[in-house]
Amino acid sequence: MGVRYLSRKLGFYLVAAWVAITLNFFLPRLIPGNPVEVILSRQSHQGPVPPGEQAALTKLLGLGTGSIFTKYLQYLDSLLHLRMGLSVFEFPVPVATVIRQSIFWTIILVGTATVISFLVGIGLGVLAGWKRGSWLDSLVPSTTFLTAMPYFWLALILVYLLTQRIPAFPASGGYNPADNIGYNWPFLISAVQHSVLPALTIVISSIGGWLLGMRNMMVSTLSEDYVVAAEARGLSPRRVMIGYAARNAVLPSLSGFAISLGFVVSGSIVMEQVFNYPGIGNILYQAVINDDYALMQGIFLVITLTVLGANLIVDLLYGTIDPRTRIAS
Amino acid sequence: MTAAVATAPETVPEDTSRLAGRLGSLLRSRRLLLGLAIVGVFAVLAIVGPMIFTNANQFSRAEWAPPSASHWLGTTQLGQDVLAQTVVSARATLEIGAGAGLIATVISVIIGIGGGYLGGVADEALSLLSNVVLVIPGLPLIIVITAFVHATGVLPMVLVIAFVSWAASARVLRAQTLSVRNREYVLASRASGEPAWRIVLVEILPNELPIIVSQFIFAMIFAVLTQAGLAFLGLGDPSQLTWGNMIYFAQNDEALTSGAWWWFVPPGACIALLGMGLALINFSLDEILNPRLRVYRPGRRRGTLALATTGHPEPAVAEQRTGGA
Repeated sequence: MGVRYLSRKLGFYLVAAWVAITLNFFLPRLIPGNPVEVILSRQSHQGPVPPGEQAALTKLLGLGTGSIFTKYLQYLDSLLHLRMGLSVFEFPVPVATVIRQSIFWTIILVGTATVISFLVGIGLGVLAGWKRGSWLDSLVPSTTFLTAMPYFWLALILVYLLTQRIPAFPASGGYNPADNIGYNWPFLISAVQHSVLPALTIVISSIGGWLLGMRNMMVSTLSEDYVVAAEARGLSPRRVMIGYAARNAVLPSLSGFAISLGFVVSGSIVMEQVFNYPGIGNILYQAVINDDYALMQGIFLVITLTVLGANLIVDLLYGTIDPRTRIAS
Repeated sequence: MTAAVATAPETVPEDTSRLAGRLGSLLRSRRLLLGLAIVGVFAVLAIVGPMIFTNANQFSRAEWAPPSASHWLGTTQLGQDVLAQTVVSARATLEIGAGAGLIATVISVIIGIGGGYLGGVADEALSLLSNVVLVIPGLPLIIVITAFVHATGVLPMVLVIAFVSWAASARVLRAQTLSVRNREYVLASRASGEPAWRIVLVEILPNELPIIVSQFIFAMIFAVLTQAGLAFLGLGDPSQLTWGNMIYFAQNDEALTSGAWWWFVPPGACIALLGMGLALINFSLDEILNPRLRVYRPGRRRGTLALATTGHPEPAVAEQRTGGA
């Protein structure tokens, strides 16, 4: 991989991260009144506020002393030391701890569901494009309706059908509260049971996009000269379909995978609300209800930086898979 | 990034007979007619609805009533008529959708076409900006901003949604502008000393109109869905009737667990139908106004990418139609 490509990508994501961090710096300025006072008064309802909290909050919210530039530096310094303040809603737990406790639920569930959706969607797309006009292909336009549906509404209906009408799955939560969280079978089994329905709703609502994109790229690729040539040489249809057509047609979907992560995260916030799943989206919701500004800021930063990191990885992988990008960009 | 090169609408000079032929084929497209019909019905409901049902929040004694002759879609837990609420909600939902879509499109036109036409450092900076905005996850940002501003009214919500959703179409328009910029007629008007604003407004903008329209429609779908999601999270203005708010209240009052499907199915179905109608219009517009879609060009790769990944699968879909024919 060329150094130029690498540095270009790294540079872009550094800029993006800087923009996100700076945006985060300006967010508290949107709060009417003095945010430190607002937060402190809320915290004092929950319990005694530790002595250094006011100064820490002031720095963190970029409301420290001096010019806006020194405030900005103080804010960056707090971030570097992972000082993100104390959460109001789980007072007095530090924001970083609250986030650490919840993020794995989201990453594991949403990550698995996204990969499944991607693989199945791509697979069906290859088949639909290969057998154009078959019954599978005729189903493709109906995915329009699936994508136009509000995700949470689809999820609510599935919850209604699969937990109320046919009680096949637990309706909410991430595990059976009777189990101890840790590496023991009862907990792991109940965690898996609780994740099937949420994962299913993510897959159903996102699979259409992958299917459609892949199917269309397949149709385009199948008319390429090298595919025709491969057929003319008498290669087996299977080999032409996978080794020649699908292999090239999958490239846009692969790089689309990166950008879709942002949408996946967005969807998961709503998903966790529907299922009361103990992930980061649920915490964000709690933070919003409780006006927990420090927690909101922390979550926004963590989500954004995670998505940027995932994007960077996919971009770098993509650069090795498709050599043309390295030259073209 | 020669993104939508192939999606370039070749609408340059054309004689009236070709135009008539196009309009003819446009109207023969069943999918377009269906899409227009769906969106048209909702538009009429949005205008007329609040006049018919003057008080959709009216309580009544018939609480939790399933659909019947007096309440076609049943009632809520306060005895409000679900049909009336659904019809009246069309107005605010469409207003937010169209408003946010329009603002997002205007921003993307300025940044996309501006950057593409100016080139050089300005273009680098503007496309960096769009790429950064594209990669920052939208909904968390919207949620956090809405929560910080503490304003859930229509205007702030429209502005916030527009603010995070213009980037994808700016990228498409920029790529398109890059390809249009070097066509002969643009070069000719530049050589004849036309001012830049005139070249952009008179030569380039009309040429990209079909793309702009389709980007607007996608922005509108996005806005409607986002607004519904925000309302569901309790970040909407609860005093306002939108489909999102209806689902929010239905969920809050446990309509699901008590089996009151008639309360939460209609608003969601309306959102899905509206989205589908808009998408159908887009697909068929794209298909008919873009004869070039019939030809596959390798250079389009990044273009389809930008579209497909933002839930904007339209050129690819049109291609599916024409390519499959």
